[in-house]
Amino acid sequence: MRSWMVGRQKLLLHPATKPVLFIICLLPFAWLFYRAFANQLGANPAEALIRATGDWTLRFICIVLAITPLRVISGTPTLARFRRMLGLFAYFYVLLHLLSYSWFDKGFDVADIARDIVKRPFILVGFSAFVLLTPLAATSFNAAIKAMGARRWQWLHKLLYLIAALALLHFFWMRAAKNNFGEVIVYGVIIATLLGWRAWHRWGRSPRMAVPGAAANVR
Amino acid sequence: LAGGKSALAGAVTMEKITDYKDATNYNNYYEFGTDKADPAKNAHTLVTKPWSVAVEGLVKQPKTYTLEDLLKLSPQEERIYRLRCVEGWSMVIPWVGYSLSELIRKVEPLGSAKYVEFVTLADPKTMPYVGSRVLDWPYVEALRMDEAMHPLALLAFGMYGEVLPNQNGAPVRMVLPWKYGFKSAKSIVKIRFTDKEPRTAWNKAAANEYGFYSNVNPNVDHPRWSQETERRIGEDGLFAKKRKTLIFNGYEAQVGQLYAGMDLKKNF
Repeated sequence: MRSWMVGRQKLLLHPATKPVLFIICLLPFAWLFYRAFANQLGANPAEALIRATGDWTLRFICIVLAITPLRVISGTPTLARFRRMLGLFAYFYVLLHLLSYSWFDKGFDVADIARDIVKRPFILVGFSAFVLLTPLAATSFNAAIKAMGARRWQWLHKLLYLIAALALLHFFWMRAAKNNFGEVIVYGVIIATLLGWRAWHRWGRSPRMAVPGAAANVR
Repeated sequence: LAGGKSALAGAVTMEKITDYKDATNYNNYYEFGTDKADPAKNAHTLVTKPWSVAVEGLVKQPKTYTLEDLLKLSPQEERIYRLRCVEGWSMVIPWVGYSLSELIRKVEPLGSAKYVEFVTLADPKTMPYVGSRVLDWPYVEALRMDEAMHPLALLAFGMYGEVLPNQNGAPVRMVLPWKYGFKSAKSIVKIRFTDKEPRTAWNKAAANEYGFYSNVNPNVDHPRWSQETERRIGEDGLFAKKRKTLIFNGYEAQVGQLYAGMDLKKNF
């Protein structure tokens, strides 16, 4: 058992893991780009691109939120080294989502986009999630952690919990009028589980089990 | 299924006809799934033979028509209509059928009949999503009597010169080109004449988003998106600007008088 754990840690520390993960994270983008180019996005390619980039944003948010629980439960601290890249990919896909909407749906008509954001709660919520994610992406390099101080940096990056909730609300609202909640429930359960685990880890466990200082490492 | 081109005013637009492939693979027909590609995949299970339509309610001559009765009730003609979906996209489709008014005259509505209700098939054995909580099944749509009598209100049996594909509402459906697409009931099994405004499927699901009339109107936004513009499927590519939506989907000259004096913002 122990040697298997050490072996896994070694594998995750291999210098090739980050480039490989980087390429894997780019695959959905490459696939969408190819299908758009080959005219394989169906009758309404604009809608297909806007929806798919939104889906992938939500998926990457879930993946990032899963790192800490996975790391703690499986005893694999090295998993933490991938979190930054995965978080930046969430931002990459939300940028594509916003770009697709602004370009294909709104033809870059800034006044029209602004009106849409103010007028429609569902757009406002999605846009707020994007705005809140921006400082997280902007402070994802080491010097920023040093400059801000680890405590403040951690506090800022806990905003991801709120961002995940807003992204889910945005998705829920998009589907609400059609009472089409299947996928919304799946994402809702995943996000609730990942955030619930943190709450349980922070406050819920019996004192006997608590390890001093452990809670501070949970984010 | 064939018919000569309609001579009715407004019934044949000269615009480019949408590709058959797009018109039969990008559909909203929730009984077969909520994804646009689902109906084309799932609707092969729909059984359209034998088929009958019960015409009942406030009429002198109630009758259950077989599909064969309906097909020869009146000469069929081709009408090329714009179709505007409430979701903000549009197509141009050549339908085959005749004006619903032909059938209405045959059954002789009573003076008390003010509305016509269309009840569509809800068969959980052949329609996998009937029973899902998306809508209250069966899917019901309705028109005011004068709307139903308007010659542009088409009872359709075919499109593109062929029998209706299952995913497009076979074997008999309504086509109301001046209203959002969901007002046009598919796979109709009952037509009922009534004196009260019927509760319609989408109106029941979200009354603030889908009104009884649901006439195409660029000046009344859907709560979650604007109705000012639309994307013509297959024509307005990724980088093209969307086109302006017209009041009554461009059929104002024909249907405008039906709504004279009505506040269209209130009666959306």
